[in-house]
Amino acid sequence: MNATATDATSAAGATEMRAATAAAKTAQAGCHQEIVSLSGVSFSYDNQPILQDVSFRIMERDFVGLIGSNGAGKTTLLRMIVGLTRPQKGSVSLFGTPAAQFKDWNLIGYVPQRSHFNPLFPATVKEVVLSGLYGRKKLFRRISKEDVGRCDDALKALKIEDLGDKRIGALSGGQQQRVFLARALINNPKLLILDEPLTGIDIETQQNFFHMIKHMHQRHNITFLMVSHDMDMVRSYLGEEPKERSGKLSFYVRHSHDLEDCQGTDLLHSLRKEG
Amino acid sequence: MELLSAEFFQRALIGGALIAITAPLLGLFLVLRRLAMIGDTLAHVSIAGVALGLLINVYPVAVGLLFAIAASFGIEWLRKAYRTYAELSLAIIMSGGIALASLLFTIGKSFSQNANSFWFGSIYTLDYTDIYVILGVTVVVLSMVLIHKKELFLLTFDEDAAAVSGLPMKYFNIMLSILTALVVSAAIKIVGALLVSALLTIPAACSLALSRSFKQAVILVVVIGEAAVLAGLWIAGVANLAPGGTVVLLLIAILVMCIASTRLIRT
Repeated sequence: MNATATDATSAAGATEMRAATAAAKTAQAGCHQEIVSLSGVSFSYDNQPILQDVSFRIMERDFVGLIGSNGAGKTTLLRMIVGLTRPQKGSVSLFGTPAAQFKDWNLIGYVPQRSHFNPLFPATVKEVVLSGLYGRKKLFRRISKEDVGRCDDALKALKIEDLGDKRIGALSGGQQQRVFLARALINNPKLLILDEPLTGIDIETQQNFFHMIKHMHQRHNITFLMVSHDMDMVRSYLGEEPKERSGKLSFYVRHSHDLEDCQGTDLLHSLRKEG
Repeated sequence: MELLSAEFFQRALIGGALIAITAPLLGLFLVLRRLAMIGDTLAHVSIAGVALGLLINVYPVAVGLLFAIAASFGIEWLRKAYRTYAELSLAIIMSGGIALASLLFTIGKSFSQNANSFWFGSIYTLDYTDIYVILGVTVVVLSMVLIHKKELFLLTFDEDAAAVSGLPMKYFNIMLSILTALVVSAAIKIVGALLVSALLTIPAACSLALSRSFKQAVILVVVIGEAAVLAGLWIAGVANLAPGGTVVLLLIAILVMCIASTRLIRT
């Protein structure tokens, strides 16, 4: 079934158009484009194999929960996907392009494990969030008014607009996590990669945070890859059984066919309205 | 006031004012990347280059610069070989530099007097060539930092995020290495190899204590650098003291005041 087929409210033309693009993207499975593809990826560190022959595909609008014990290679796998580590064997493709030739890094938002920044670092929340825009495409360009507007939107979407001028090191762990998510979201990424976003923050904040990303998965065109330790939260949303296992890694997957409420590209604006 | 009309002192003020912009500015990035000791290391290697320059009769600052650039690549290379042990690579290269300098100085015993001026600085002996070199270094450093201020911020705040957003990391790392080597070699004649590190790191330490934003930090390091260098030169000139010493002691005094004032604000 096509994702747009039940969309009674949208204009017929738009439905047709979206159905057509969706059909065009129907490459191997389901209704969506392939976002990440790992094939036969291996990596070892000091002759200790960390990843062995891992193959996995992430389709557009999947929510993938990556679970594994310590040292199972979860972070290594994520670092490989975002190009920080090269696989010793096998290959990684992003949006259908081999990772070595991939250029559209602005499509990918990456929130690393509790960022190891220096707490005294002199930077405000706004400066940190804006830095999400400083990619290859922004080289030799100034920060525009539009950029500042996007930063304000991202702050509002994550309900940290009143923290904009605070020093990043002065915030609590949960607030910092929101700042880094805002930084990842400011580019309107298609793929959001989160490495243990829930560790080190209190239970209530964890639940709010998880609720927020579930909402983003269901209502917006974002694909998620999340590493987590919290089995209960992962199972509650992604089901009891992993879709695939590879070595000590388990991949829990939930695909969303829910409608995208937001027709435009202004994700953050719509998120804000959702409240 | 006679001092101000003396040409050697004017040159000292100009050279000092220029280096007080670039050294603290670059130092801020270095300190935040946990490479505070890099200035010290490059300065010691640079001295080996200066010794070689004196020995073969080539402009010593230029040879020192080449040595410093080579050393900064050596540091980057070792830093990769020993990830998370950045300070190890600095210690190794620094001892190598001192060893080489001491060898070269024993070969050319005749110029040891001149060598002292590079260890401790001799701002009053700056000639016009030195001033032009310092001016050139300032222009290069300032324009690179201004052109790339966004990217340098991201690189300094979160190196992984910078790599993931597709920035050419090699280019930026090499650029920072070369800029650091430039500033250190230019600063040696002013504050001396033993004290270069102070001009790079102490203003940054002050700004860590006081600033809330990166923008504030950038402005603050330059203001503190200028204040300490100009006042330090003036005091040294009037009281006939070693200028490198007065500048660094003033910097430390400012740092103590910064830390004390943040304590007062927080309590």
